[in-house]
Amino acid sequence: MTQESNPFRRSFVPFRGRFDPCPPLGKRTFVTPPNLFIGFQPPDFPQFSPIEALKKGTLWKPFYDFYESPYKK
Amino acid sequence: MWAYEKKLMYPVKVSTCNPTLAKYLMEQYGGADGELAAALRYLNQRYTIPDKVIGLLTDIGTEEFAHLEMIATMIYKLTKDATPQQLRDAGLAEHYVSHDSALFYNNAAGVPFTATYIQAKGDPIADLYEDIAAEEKARATYQWIIDQSDDPDLNDGLRFLREREIIHSQRFREAVQMITDDQNQQKIF
Repeated sequence: MTQESNPFRRSFVPFRGRFDPCPPLGKRTFVTPPNLFIGFQPPDFPQFSPIEALKKGTLWKPFYDFYESPYKK
Repeated sequence: MWAYEKKLMYPVKVSTCNPTLAKYLMEQYGGADGELAAALRYLNQRYTIPDKVIGLLTDIGTEEFAHLEMIATMIYKLTKDATPQQLRDAGLAEHYVSHDSALFYNNAAGVPFTATYIQAKGDPIADLYEDIAAEEKARATYQWIIDQSDDPDLNDGLRFLREREIIHSQRFREAVQMITDDQNQQKIF
């Protein structure tokens, strides 16, 4: 998943002054991880298979968030 | 008491000889928001927290040591075959003259670990909020290390650790809810 379509990313464009010395980086992205939105984990939460869960670091699908650098081309 | 399993929580693989990454990883080893700080913080707070969440702090604090061991393995693999010249090129000459290629609880800038990185206020809400903040800071630190690293195998391990921080934050948030909820209220699932 690209950073653009990841629902757990937000972005903002910082103020640009007339005499800023460096070329602009443009949009700044930050992470709003799934734990911010779910509250107390409800019963019957969707799960990964055990093998997949061991790889991903969580058993619970809604808590999984793959990270890729927003600067990566 | 602890039982030790002689294996890593997640396999550590490093594909490039890049000691500079070891320097960055030290932030998670002996840094303010690193795994050592996390483990010591949680295991110490257990004694003065409501009974309901002691087990959570034990579990997460123990897991942090498993993470620490993974970070140590990554740093070791990245530095064990490095010559003094390579370490100097990686910005680790100061580390070398003090420790050779031994691991030490420094942060990425070489500042040694201090107990002032952690807190135990004795107030359950204050302590759990600190724990949530610590998890989010550790998650962010993993992101910044991944941003700096171009080693796909190393990043794989770092992504696993980052996901664990998300889960830990979730569980601490649930712990806050558990001790905040009115205890006389009936809850039916």
